[in-house]
Amino acid sequence: MRELVCIVCPRGCHMKVDDEWNVTGNTCPRGAEYARAELTHPTRVLTSTVRLEGGRYPRCPVKTAAPVPKELLPRVMAALDEVTLRAPVHVGQTVLEDVCGTGVAVVATRELTA
Amino acid sequence: MTDVVIIGCGVIGAAAAMELSRYRASVLILERENDVAVGTTKANSAVLHAGYDPKPGTLMARLNVRGNRLAMEYCEALDVPYKRCGSLVLAFSEKEVGTLRELLDRGVKNGVPGLEILTGDEARRREPELADTVLAALWAPTAGIVSPWEMCLAFAETAVKNGAELRLNTEVTGLEKTESGWRVRTNRGDVEARYVVNAAGVESDLVHDMAAHHAFDVKPSRGEYYLLDKAEGNRVGTVVFQCPSERGKGVLVSPTVHGNLIVGPNAEPSAREDISTTAQGLDFVRETAKLSVPGVDFSKSIRNFAGVRANTGHDDFVISVPAPHFVDLAGICSPGLTSAPAIGEYAAELLAGEGLSLEKKEDFVFTRKRIRFQELSPEARAELVAKDPAYGRVICRCETVTEGEIRASFDTPIPPVSVDGVKRRVNAGMGRCQGGFCGPRVVEILSEKLGVAPGEVVKDRAGMKILVNETKGGGENV
Amino acid sequence: MYDLIVVGGGPAGLAAACSAWDSGLRSILIVERDRELGGILNQCIHNGFGLTYFKEELTGPEYAHRFVELLSKTGVEVRTDTMVLEITGDLRIHMTGPETGYRVEEARSVILAMGCRERTRGAIGIPGYRPAGVFTAGAAQRYVNVEGWLPGKRVVILGSGDIGLIMARRMTLEGAKVLACVEVMPYSGGLTRNIVQCLEDYDIPLYLSHTVTDIRGRDRVEQVVVSEVDERRRPIPGTEMVFDCDTLLLSVGLIPENELTQSAGIRIDPRTKGPEVFENMETSLPGVFSCGNVTHVHDLVDFVTQESQRAGAAAAKYVLNGPAAGESIALRNGNGVSYTVPQRVRPENVEKVFNVFFRVNRIFGPSRIVVSAGERELCRFKRDRLAPGEMENITVPVKLLEGVAGEITVSVKEA
Repeated sequence: MRELVCIVCPRGCHMKVDDEWNVTGNTCPRGAEYARAELTHPTRVLTSTVRLEGGRYPRCPVKTAAPVPKELLPRVMAALDEVTLRAPVHVGQTVLEDVCGTGVAVVATRELTA
Repeated sequence: MTDVVIIGCGVIGAAAAMELSRYRASVLILERENDVAVGTTKANSAVLHAGYDPKPGTLMARLNVRGNRLAMEYCEALDVPYKRCGSLVLAFSEKEVGTLRELLDRGVKNGVPGLEILTGDEARRREPELADTVLAALWAPTAGIVSPWEMCLAFAETAVKNGAELRLNTEVTGLEKTESGWRVRTNRGDVEARYVVNAAGVESDLVHDMAAHHAFDVKPSRGEYYLLDKAEGNRVGTVVFQCPSERGKGVLVSPTVHGNLIVGPNAEPSAREDISTTAQGLDFVRETAKLSVPGVDFSKSIRNFAGVRANTGHDDFVISVPAPHFVDLAGICSPGLTSAPAIGEYAAELLAGEGLSLEKKEDFVFTRKRIRFQELSPEARAELVAKDPAYGRVICRCETVTEGEIRASFDTPIPPVSVDGVKRRVNAGMGRCQGGFCGPRVVEILSEKLGVAPGEVVKDRAGMKILVNETKGGGENV
Repeated sequence: MYDLIVVGGGPAGLAAACSAWDSGLRSILIVERDRELGGILNQCIHNGFGLTYFKEELTGPEYAHRFVELLSKTGVEVRTDTMVLEITGDLRIHMTGPETGYRVEEARSVILAMGCRERTRGAIGIPGYRPAGVFTAGAAQRYVNVEGWLPGKRVVILGSGDIGLIMARRMTLEGAKVLACVEVMPYSGGLTRNIVQCLEDYDIPLYLSHTVTDIRGRDRVEQVVVSEVDERRRPIPGTEMVFDCDTLLLSVGLIPENELTQSAGIRIDPRTKGPEVFENMETSLPGVFSCGNVTHVHDLVDFVTQESQRAGAAAAKYVLNGPAAGESIALRNGNGVSYTVPQRVRPENVEKVFNVFFRVNRIFGPSRIVVSAGERELCRFKRDRLAPGEMENITVPVKLLEGVAGEITVSVKEA
């Protein structure tokens, strides 16, 4: 039996997972999904920034478009260090394709005019 | 060869410099820090004392009473916020009523006008928030409040405008007697001077010792304060003291010229540079102040701070000529701020006594004006913003300080070099959010105006860097 | 003369303006002090926004962008880089901006959406020196996320509010070492999910019932001293831990920013520190509505949006149909409840149900929330757990208020 707190939504359900991978304490199916994933291959959405040139601010916020393996977060951060965008930038614009071989793209999360 | 070197640019050094800048003598002010007004001057009660405390016949008595009048006159001329709001000294026992009579007697001897002993009820009519336990109070109508750092800045700026030179980041390391005067050794080279004025504040004993036989010790005394939100600013309308004791003038409750309430200080022996606050000290201030004004709401505190006063154990300032061509303006404890303009005058007299020629300048400039957006009428604001749009952008929302005012401060004779320097000049960051909102914006402006990276911008003293490094630095960050 | 002036273009102001437009108002102005719309969301680059409202997980700037897009489809006028300086009792709005100039606009209705500010060191009175390196978490967030500067390398965080937790993770990712998160209360002030994904993920210890009792270092923070506190939150001598660090972040609470509200003479609730509001978010000054963090501090922007939409619709109704009618009933805080929003309800002005948002003043296990009028229980709601850090919300059918006069009480009873 493992216990964990769900981070899928702000409700923060206290969940239990038994040896058969049955999840209790969750209030939605996404919680159960999270619990099983967390105990086998934990993933996180990474949010950070990259350098921006020609905009009002020197940084543009970005995120991984989907969760990536938790242990890869430092490598993804390092990959972002290498990126420099040029304004204008649009929400959803791809910043990096397939970051660190995860198959997940990094996308911009803010409109930044030139 | 400079005629007069002044060591230290707190309010005393600045007052002396301004006074001397009325004359043809050349003046050089050496300040160890990166700005003026950063020692005792920036951290005190901000009160212009009436002058009933000092013992009659002392220099302190004379300089306090004259300083009180001059300070208000100068503040008026130089656009320094001040208010002649009067003060009350409270008595809670018959013994203390006796103390009030003593103070009244001293005040009369010192030439303080308008002193009067009020009954408890009369005092409460004047200040309705005073405690019921107040038996009597000494009313001094000439006492007032002031912006101490702006007063110092105004004096120093006036000196510079009239030809004095200010060297910042310049620390005096030694003094050597020469034929014509003194060689002043500093971390940035030697300076030859005919006369030297010691206005080194809590280190004035050390500077004295460079020039003359050891004569006194500064025994630094730290005072801790509360500064409360403007919501508490009207709790009292006058400066409310308790009876003085051997430890000082005691804990006061006073409005500030910026609309806040200031409460403090305690008095504890300290190191010269120890401007930390302590839980015990602040507890003492809080509990003691509540005896005078029980309703003070300390949950409205926006800042605690401490200042160190240059006490010497004497009951007078140490102002004298201990060596030829060398003037001590030392041991300037309370009421030093009030006395400053009179001390400046007296310094000139002492220098003249040593042979300095005091020939008045024809073209002495004695005006200063700055725009205070918050105080303007809607019509004046509209006109100002139309003329210069930077005055339309509010940077500090708590104190309504505009970008235009901040930018203008860089065009003054002593421009700011730090976030707190901006604060002392235009009040940005003085308010209830304490720079949480405007801090990053002020850093941006400083970075632009000083032509340095944001990481080089300091909070106050040199070395007080705010930011560590840029993000996205790769491996070097980790 | 505008039908509606919205003060603040953050999430509250954006949702309120859109909703007022949708409800039929055509002369609306948003005044925003920053150069862009979106408010504090623009620096909240982490995700977790929008799960309730959009049913998807967005970052702060993305959430703001959704509403900026919606707004661009309306005819709402926007003035950015413009600060409102005063609201008079007769709804004249003084504002200033480099482009705007200094001007005074009149409005038939006003929505207050100014948000909140962070509590500072002075407000909590931490003794010690005042060196560089002490930041509110939000100021640090702006430096890191917007300006691209790290404000420190070795960090202690005081307070377990969400921004502090988020910054613990953020600064760790950018190469800082976060040594500890210190919370004076025996429970966290932030969301549990943030404890997990911001502290536990990065092995950052959380010290509950601890506080910072000294800051050392004259020029830059060199050490902070952390002490355990007793049940009255007084430091216990002998429990001091010294952390060698260069930075102290403060995440010790948010305060609704109501200077303008007070300038208009609007009544403030000392508990929320925001204006007292009716069921439709109207304040004590008719025609002036209030929503979002200026009213009470929310944990989730989704609820800000919903509350602001109600305010927007109500402002439109006020302008188009005239003032709301009816006697009002006061909501009293019973056992365990530290405040409610709204503070008053006018049953005549409610169609079917009204929502009550509130916070509890301690942690509760399985409990029921009870709404009562005198001795009479009107309704009850079950909860497994209640915590001060998590805002609660109940929906009350207005028909239950029939025959009730004066006041009703919201209280919590542990099972």
